[in-house]
Amino acid sequence: MIKAIDTIKSLDLQRSVIYFGFLGIFLFFAVTLHDDGFLTSRNLTNIILQTAPATIMAIGLVFALSAGEIDLSFGSIVAVAALSAAVAMQNGPMLYGVAAGLGAGILIGAFNGALVAYLRLPSFLVTLATMGLFAGIARSMTDLRSIPVLNDTFTGIFGSGRLFGVPSLVIWTIVAVIIGHIIYRSTRFGAHVLAVGDNARAAQVSGIKVPRVRFMVLTLCGATAGLAGLLYAGRLQAAKYTLGESDLMTVIAAVIVGGTALNGGKGSVIGALLGSLMMGMLNNGLILMGLQVSDQMIVRGLIILLAVAISLREVRR
Amino acid sequence: MNPTLSLKDIQKSFGGVTAIQNFSLDLYPGEIVALVGDNGAGKSTLIKIVSGVHRPTSGDIALDGASVSFSDASAARSHGIEVVYQDLALADEQPVYMNMFLGRELTRKPFGLLDKTRMRSETQSLVDQLDVRIPSASSTIRDLSGGQRQGIAIARATHWASKLILLDEPTAALGVAETAKVEELVASLKERKLAILIISHSLDQVFRLSDRICVLRRGEQIGVRKTAETDKNEIIAMITGVHNE
Repeated sequence: MIKAIDTIKSLDLQRSVIYFGFLGIFLFFAVTLHDDGFLTSRNLTNIILQTAPATIMAIGLVFALSAGEIDLSFGSIVAVAALSAAVAMQNGPMLYGVAAGLGAGILIGAFNGALVAYLRLPSFLVTLATMGLFAGIARSMTDLRSIPVLNDTFTGIFGSGRLFGVPSLVIWTIVAVIIGHIIYRSTRFGAHVLAVGDNARAAQVSGIKVPRVRFMVLTLCGATAGLAGLLYAGRLQAAKYTLGESDLMTVIAAVIVGGTALNGGKGSVIGALLGSLMMGMLNNGLILMGLQVSDQMIVRGLIILLAVAISLREVRR
Repeated sequence: MNPTLSLKDIQKSFGGVTAIQNFSLDLYPGEIVALVGDNGAGKSTLIKIVSGVHRPTSGDIALDGASVSFSDASAARSHGIEVVYQDLALADEQPVYMNMFLGRELTRKPFGLLDKTRMRSETQSLVDQLDVRIPSASSTIRDLSGGQRQGIAIARATHWASKLILLDEPTAALGVAETAKVEELVASLKERKLAILIISHSLDQVFRLSDRICVLRRGEQIGVRKTAETDKNEIIAMITGVHNE
């Protein structure tokens, strides 16, 4: 009995906000946009497909924020990774493209991580700088040209393919969320990430290698952004420097709304998934409502503001 | 009987400044020794030397008669030395059991995933043994009182220490009732044959808890007294260096 009460208590209120928010927005669109086809399985699948890269980046960001760090550069990493993959596949097999894309993401993430962990620079400033740096590199890589991705295997696996009738992007999302969730909740690494973000000194005197954790979370952010870049390139069958450009706000909002604390020590991968889907629904619903792009941006900004405010209130208690 | 901890002629200087000079002390199992002195007397430096954070400039540290040298705090920990810090060093948003096993989490074969069930049950039995009353091993630290938190910090040290616990102002942030509870807990550790070195600003507490009192002044060891054979006036005189007989 006591155990049951504990279980109920441990179901943090703060995390339930995302469930209510998610359901609320879903129901709102389901009712108001019923005739516009919001509820069709085609449209709902589309939402998942569109949010797949953001969801995967959100997983990386959950780890970074939980460790008390932030990554602002992932949007630029997406572009560099996608372009690297596309260029590598112009004259080479798919494997080159995957290695180039993921490798670029991991390397840039490790670069961020090394500056933060070992030179003790604040991640906010480091990634603010590398965001600009790699956005510039992405532009100069191909002189602003977009590079087509014609490798069918690649576009199948990372884009429009299906496995047992399930779109590959849905599979990527599910697999990434499950793996991310298990690492976050049930491994020593996940526990150390939370401890470092919660109380770095306590972590350090407990023998946790704090710099290594900081290095790892930012490298992981780079890796997830690299994978997101591959997914964009696969789905659009092309890579361009603009990829990932608009993801910064969406992904950060998804993660915060999903119950991850901005200052570390607390978070949820599942919450980030729901947050990301919620952002996707919002996008989709506002388009179906026939709002102009400028109005969409305003409404989305306001809703994100509201959602983030509610989430943070709950965190502070 | 070998002393648990034996410090001999410990000296520590930072640059040209001497923080500790010629400090020698033996600590026996089941003994509580209090380290007293004014701010800047070198108490914390001494704790940091014993816990492996600082290395002594010269002098010997021996555990159970065997000479040791710690490269860092982890090395001291693996020798069975635990520290309870004034600011507790707990991760507030995490549950009690994760704090109990912070940095030393238990895992389960075959995937090496966290064994939360075992961590919870071991935590529960430990806090029960030590009579630290908390709602549950799964409670979040933030939801506990200052006394409960300090109880957790001490329980954690007790769980991992096989030889020595260093307590750095364990009740500095606590109220009267909570202080009494923590003192009770510290006193109960004697039965576990652990050696305990405690820093405290409260002479009342020192006299309640300790077997011996070691006085430091400006890095110098003024003397060691058996608690039963001294009084506050003598200790205060030793701390301040002012004798008013």
